[in-house]
Amino acid sequence: MHVPMTTSYVQEIRLVRHGADGIWYGLLALAVLAAPALASEYLLSQLSVLAIYAIAGVGMMLLVGYAGQISLGHAAFVAAGAYTEAILRAKGLPFALTLPIAGAVAGALGLLLALLTARLAGLYLAIATLAFAFIVEEVLTRWEGLTGGSSGLAVGRIALGPLTIDAEWKFYYLAVGLLVAVVLGALNLLRSRTGRALTAIRDSEISAQSMGVHLALYKSIVLTASAALTGVAGALYAHKIQFITPDQFTILMSVELLVLVVVGGLGSLHGAVLGAAFIVMLPQAIMVLRDVLAVSSKFQIGLDAGVYGLLMVLFMLFEPRGLYGRWVKIKLYLNTFPFYRRATFRRQRQYQKSERLR
Amino acid sequence: MQGLSEFVQMVISGTAIGCIYAIVALGFVLIYKASEIVNFAQGDLMMLGAFLGFTFIGIAGMPFLLGLVLAMACMALIGAALDRIVLRPMVGQPVFAIVIITIGIGFVIRSVVIALPGWGSETYSISAPYSGTASALGGVAIGNELLAIIAATLVLILALYLFFRHTRLGIAMQATSQSQLAAYHVGIPVKSILSLTWAISAAMAALVGVLLAPITFVHVNMGFIGLKAFPAAVLGGFGSIPGAIVGGLIIGIVEALAGFYLPEGFKDVAAYVLLLVVLALRPQGLFAQTAAKKV
Repeated sequence: MHVPMTTSYVQEIRLVRHGADGIWYGLLALAVLAAPALASEYLLSQLSVLAIYAIAGVGMMLLVGYAGQISLGHAAFVAAGAYTEAILRAKGLPFALTLPIAGAVAGALGLLLALLTARLAGLYLAIATLAFAFIVEEVLTRWEGLTGGSSGLAVGRIALGPLTIDAEWKFYYLAVGLLVAVVLGALNLLRSRTGRALTAIRDSEISAQSMGVHLALYKSIVLTASAALTGVAGALYAHKIQFITPDQFTILMSVELLVLVVVGGLGSLHGAVLGAAFIVMLPQAIMVLRDVLAVSSKFQIGLDAGVYGLLMVLFMLFEPRGLYGRWVKIKLYLNTFPFYRRATFRRQRQYQKSERLR
Repeated sequence: MQGLSEFVQMVISGTAIGCIYAIVALGFVLIYKASEIVNFAQGDLMMLGAFLGFTFIGIAGMPFLLGLVLAMACMALIGAALDRIVLRPMVGQPVFAIVIITIGIGFVIRSVVIALPGWGSETYSISAPYSGTASALGGVAIGNELLAIIAATLVLILALYLFFRHTRLGIAMQATSQSQLAAYHVGIPVKSILSLTWAISAAMAALVGVLLAPITFVHVNMGFIGLKAFPAAVLGGFGSIPGAIVGGLIIGIVEALAGFYLPEGFKDVAAYVLLLVVLALRPQGLFAQTAAKKV
């Protein structure tokens, strides 16, 4: 097994830890760049959706995977980004301006929520975010003058100066480019003082506090950053589907984003991208399953939700570390063959973590 | 006087809906107290219970009370089975894992209900012997469905109180909720107690579902009322039984008044606005049960 020897701090925070990683990421970058030449229009469109989900996934991962705060209301931030983008684009502002504003508006909403919930943790936070998302959804439906209410808003094309994003491959490059920027930004955040504070909060709020981490401050920072990234994803999402209504941004979307990070693997940015791939491919897989089983269309809605729910339960029971965790296990199995022991990854049970005592 | 009688009417119908929230919230709180698990599928269990009630009463033609009891018994078995098969391996896992697994259970229940022949995604109704009639209380006419809900809630609260205070089993459940380890050491069968908690909570869900059916009909999405019960449970401080009841009543009454006096749209979010305000001011809910946390 390859155990990297760390001899300096700089080495520890390097983005590419050793040479082999660099080669693999290089190959991945080549494949991503070459995709428009090789893939069909439909596949390319799906890859763009994947990139959008992955951006939201990175935002969600910062909050859930690294800072350990559960959110059941991220659809509200997707909606904030999407609506800001749609409204400002309709007013004729350039995309280079509307995208950051969309992120900022979602981030401001996140900050507002953070101010209300800075003292909450765990379950209470989850339910507060849920409540917040319901309120935002209702506001979007009722504020018809601004959002068009439940009849929705059409979203125009992206124009970057003289360049119009009118072909699928252009949108693909834009989405992937933004994803790369977001991932690099997140990596940079995570290896900083702030990033370490977030992990400390996740592992134990009390220990973090004793070490001098300002809980409310860092929780607000991570919620704002997470909301802003999700808002950027929302702006892209609006352009991708070109028509937005409030009922796209329900609790189901929030749950979808939570499933994304959990299935991908909590606490890894790889997980955010893997989880996005899972979320994008799942409907296709269900479609195939439906054709194979020849399910009548009457049960279609039920089947979708059922497969979704079943996968959530099974992942939690049997692969709580998600897809990325599975990959790590396979890698370790190959590296240490034939000495791999299942117990290496056995879950620790924590009986004394009562929410009632604090 | 017109305004006053309308107000009283609103308060009473709000109380009835609040009782529904309160019982659903009680279901959350019981499970939470016993095992620190938040059951996001409580609303869907209620929906399943209502469908079972519909099957016994509407399809099989049983008397209302017999059908209600049978539905509760079936749901108790389902609740215990859920605990045994899905939740027991999750004991001691982080909060988000349990949140996700119970949301998943809710999805599965919904899809099973849609897929079963005779249930599906249509709307059904259960006719109770008292439905469609009203009683006059001091000049205010109240539907008997609402009165039945209020009465059932009172009976249920009394029964739960007596159960937890005066029976061996109830006291064992209290001990388990205070410390699983200590309860285990004094010889309480903790695992069976947890299954029993789930059974009681699921049976309560069935009761609410069947009582609610004459008012809102039986359909797949009636489980979303569970999402309104969350604010109720949190408002009262998640681990407190009286808190859940008071929280449910507050939410129900505030919602009814907001629906009547405020513009359209406020009714649906009143509960959530109230929740955010309370949490911002008192992070542990109105009836906080907290002690210093050990590291």
